[in-house]
This record gives sequence, structure tokens and C-alpha cells, in this order.
Amino acid sequence: MGKAGTRVHLSGVTARINGTPIVGDVDLVAEPGQIVGLIGPNGSGKSTLLRTVYRSLRPATGVIRLDGDDLWRMSAREAARHRAAVTQDHSVDTGFSVRDVVAMGRTPHKGLLDRDTSADQEIVDDALERVRMTWAGERIFTSLSGGERQRVLLARALAQQPSLLVLDEPTNHLDVRAQLDLLELIRTLRLTTVTALHDLDHAAAYCDHLVLLRAGSVVAAGPPADVLTPDRIADVFGVRAHLGHHPITGRLHVATAPLSADVAATTGV
Amino acid sequence: MSRTTPVAPGRPAPTTPPGHARERRRTAVIPTTALVVVLLAALVLAILTAVAVGTVAMPLGVVWQVISAHLTGGPVGVDPLSDQIIWQYRTPRVLLAALAGAGLAVAGVCLQALVRNPLADPYVLGISSGASLGAVLVLSYGSAALGGLGVAGAAFLTALLTLAAVFLLAQRGSRLGATRLVLAGIATTYLTTAATSYVQLHASPNELRGIMFWLLGSVSGATWPALRIPAVVVVVTLAWLILRARSLNALTTGDDSAATLGIPVNRLRVELLAVSALLTAAVVAVAGGVGFIGLMIPHMVRLIVGPDHRRALPVAAVGGALFLVLVDLGTRTVDPPNEYPLGVFTAALGAPFFLWLLRRNKNEVI
Repeated sequence: MGKAGTRVHLSGVTARINGTPIVGDVDLVAEPGQIVGLIGPNGSGKSTLLRTVYRSLRPATGVIRLDGDDLWRMSAREAARHRAAVTQDHSVDTGFSVRDVVAMGRTPHKGLLDRDTSADQEIVDDALERVRMTWAGERIFTSLSGGERQRVLLARALAQQPSLLVLDEPTNHLDVRAQLDLLELIRTLRLTTVTALHDLDHAAAYCDHLVLLRAGSVVAAGPPADVLTPDRIADVFGVRAHLGHHPITGRLHVATAPLSADVAATTGV
Repeated sequence: MSRTTPVAPGRPAPTTPPGHARERRRTAVIPTTALVVVLLAALVLAILTAVAVGTVAMPLGVVWQVISAHLTGGPVGVDPLSDQIIWQYRTPRVLLAALAGAGLAVAGVCLQALVRNPLADPYVLGISSGASLGAVLVLSYGSAALGGLGVAGAAFLTALLTLAAVFLLAQRGSRLGATRLVLAGIATTYLTTAATSYVQLHASPNELRGIMFWLLGSVSGATWPALRIPAVVVVVTLAWLILRARSLNALTTGDDSAATLGIPVNRLRVELLAVSALLTAAVVAVAGGVGFIGLMIPHMVRLIVGPDHRRALPVAAVGGALFLVLVDLGTRTVDPPNEYPLGVFTAALGAPFFLWLLRRNKNEVI
């Protein structure tokens, strides 16, 4: 299901909300199949930048290309056949079942008079299976836990059969296990993914490429080990950071503490 | 990616089905087509019955004979008085009740999706109170009050003017926020209601009774020509909405969420607003301020067929029509020969339902 992944190229993207510039002149490239993490403090423009990609906010200037095609020159429907997203504002409180919610992912593939076909049903089944939520198909969406809901919304995005996945802080409000389950799941999808993340440790461990934003501008971009340096983290986030290897997984690990924290026995990398 | 472990050993997979039956889909699996057919049959039966019942009772056979004769253009074959009662007086009245019920129920479904608030109804945007002001002006001061317009014309005009005001107040930038829309609607409702009350105080006791009937809704003055506009508006908007049922479903999940599914959210919101306003104005202009249908029918429908608009819209249309035909029948049979305004009965049934709804929702966001 889905295409192998597309190359995403944002060039010179500027975004304003009610005239106020929030994001200025951002360049970003996600190679096919890469997971690109957007990191930065609150208000640095991560969500606003993502809105220009999932077409909730038109960039004031700049171009967003998917494999060379201008995302904002497509119709809204066509764009939604290439790019799916899990946003933060989602509010399904109307009694839709999990299957109904996932089937909504077929919306951009359907004309005004089209009915759901057995092919659509298979795509929905497949999407639920990929996020391991098949058992919940007939449950009411709102009766699920936060982690389960995020997986269902991810299944809805997969049912769109996108080549680009956009995630806006997908681990927000989830307990620690649900966060790790979701991040592991995202890695298995092999889709070009652009995701905003708050947790620097998660960003370091799960992303192929990071883009660090401050006040709407890119401060640094590159592999996690290059972007996440103690000096830069101290400068942008105002916290003391220690880079090392995760004692359990061996992945890149970011430990943080307040700038004023006493330095205990620090072991080098 | 080799570093992926979807389910680590030693912990249960998060795929165990917890068996909370009551959290499962409550909606029965009644096929929608079957339900619509059954409701349509009930509607036809209710219409025939409502035409037969009245101060002068008509046998169902005669009602059928007269209606089919007029529809096919054949000879009527009953006395002129019966013909007049059935065809000129009762049939348009009952059909207007059906159209008004269908229109308000559909407008309610549409608006609840638009503003994502289960307590919204077609009047939350101030359309009804706007229409009331125009109608009451004409009822109190005569048709000279608004440049020679009749009651229905005046009501339609002030409804649209009110809507335009609400629209301008609610708009910020290119966005039309749900909360701003409701707040602007409520504020405008208070304003136009105040103006209506002021005008009412200047009306004579004679005029007051007519005003009262208009404000609470009535189909007693229905004529065939008055049916034209609401009939066209209800049929066209219903078809338009059913074609966009998928987009309505997507919109209920949030603006950003709908945008990711390829819905042009701002354009759809404006279109839905215009459609529900047109429906409401077309109905209220001829039937007055019939309350509660637009609130209670959508909720009843969702309890029966679930939240999917592909099912909810047709069922709401037929259900709303059936409900208001029966209510109109009630208003003229409960205490003959007196008649009561529709709003008295829809509210008597609607208010307890509303309270039940509030109790049922006590653990949720409202």
C-alpha cells in the first residue's frame, strides 16, 4: 500500500497568520523514505510550517514540491491523494466507529456519486492491520485510549495511500509506552515522513534528519548527531544537554537538565 | 528498518480486544434504504390522514380520489365543497408542514456539522429571529412597513439581512470560525428579538394573536403558490447536501483534519452556511418560527442511523417531514375547533428531549 515515498522539497517557505509572520524563508528537504524531524521550542513555527504542507495554511511565499510537483498548484483533493497528515486539532466526538474514521481516508479518492467499494474496504482493513488496530474496528473512536486513537488516525492517513506523511507532535499526551509504540510503528511504514517532535531524545533516536527551528527560522539542519550539539541545545532551548548512547538501545541519546543544574558525575560519550 | 520491534517479547500486544459491549457502535444495522422507504410510506399515510382529519372529516377514499384526480388531471367526481376543502385548503397545509419539517431537520443536521456543536439548531445563526422582525413589522404596521412586501417576503428579506450581518461579524481574515459564528448569531438574535418585542408592544390585541401564531409557527395559511419556493429550496439543497455527505463527515472531525483529507474547508463552510440559511429562511418565511425540529430531529436520527451524513441526511429529511405533519395534525385535533401554533407542540415534545440530551451528555464536553 502507498507509494515508495516521495521527495519533498520546501524552498523559501514563509507563512503568516493574520498578517503576523510565523515562519520565515524555510528550506527543507526530505529524501524518499526519510523521517525528517522538526524540532524547536514552543512557538518556533513547527506546527505552522506543517500546516503549509497539509494545506491548512497557504504559504505567503515559497514553493513546496513533491517529486517536482507544486503541492499548492494541485486541487485540494489531488494533494490529499499524495499527502496525508495526523494533526493536533482532531475531534471525532460524533460517534463514528473506528472503521468509519479510517474509511474517511478514502475521501480524496471518491467522487460525489462514488460508493465505498470492496477495494476501499480492503484498504481500510489493511490500514487497520498495519497499525495493529484490527480488533477495534467496530469500537466507537472516542472510547479508545489516546495511544489507540493516534494509531487509528495514522491508519486513516494510510488509507489515503499517501507518499508523504505529515505528523504534528504525534506523541503528545501519550503515555511512555504508547509514545514508543507509535514511533516504532512510524519507522516501519517506510514513508517519507515530516514530523514535529517535542522530545529531543525521540527526535535523536527515530529521525534520519532533523531541522531545528527558532522563531520561525532554520537554525540547523542535518543528521541528528550534527544538529544536536550541547552548545546549540543550550542556545535554542535554554537547557543543559548531554549527548550519549542510550544505555538500553544504544541509539543516540539526549539527556537534558536545567542550565542551573549542578553537574553530577558526568560520564563522557 | 532492522531496529524495529513492533511488539517486544514479554509484554502483551496492544491488540487484545477489550470487550466493552456498550462502547461498541450503538447504532442498529438497519439498512438506510429500507428505513427511508418505510418512513416515506409512513409519511404518505400521515399526509393522507392529516388531509382527511379536520372540522369536516373526509373519508380517506374521498381524499385519495380528489388528490389523484388533481394529480392526473382527471375528473374530480366529488362535491365542489369537499374538493375545495381537500385540495385548496388542507393539502397545501399538510404539504407545507412536511416541507417545513424536512427543511428544518436538514438545516439542523447541516448546521450541527458546520459549527460542530450538538446544541446548534437552524436558529442559532439568528435567521429565525431576523425573519420574525420582518414578519412582525408587516403584521403590526401593514405591508407599507417594508416597501409593500407581504409577511413572507418581509420575513425572507430580514432573514437574509440578519444572516449577512452575522456573516460579517463572524469573519476574521479568510477564516469563518465555528465559535465566532455561534456567538455572532446569538448576539444578533438578542438584538433582533429586542426590536421585535418593541414592535410587538405597539401592536393591537387583534394583531397580537396573529403575531403570536407567526412567532410560534403555523401552516394554517398555506396556499399552493406559497409552496413553490420552499419546495424547490428543500429538494435542491437536500440533493446538494447528500452529494457532499462525505465532506460533511470529514468536516465534523475538525478543520485541519478535513483539510488533510482534501476538503476545501473555508469554501465548504461558506457554502454550508449559505445552504442552511437559505433552507431556514425559505421555511420560516412561510411557516414562521417553528422551534425544536432543527435541534431534536438531527439528534434522533443520529441515535438511529449513526453520525454518517450519507445516512443521516435522507433519514432526517423524511423523519422531519413526518414529525411536523403529525404535530400539525395534533395542533388542530387536540381541542377542536381551536388551533394552536406548531411551536407549542414541538416545544412541549422538544424541551424534555433537550433536557434528556443534556443529561446524557453530562460527562462530555458540553
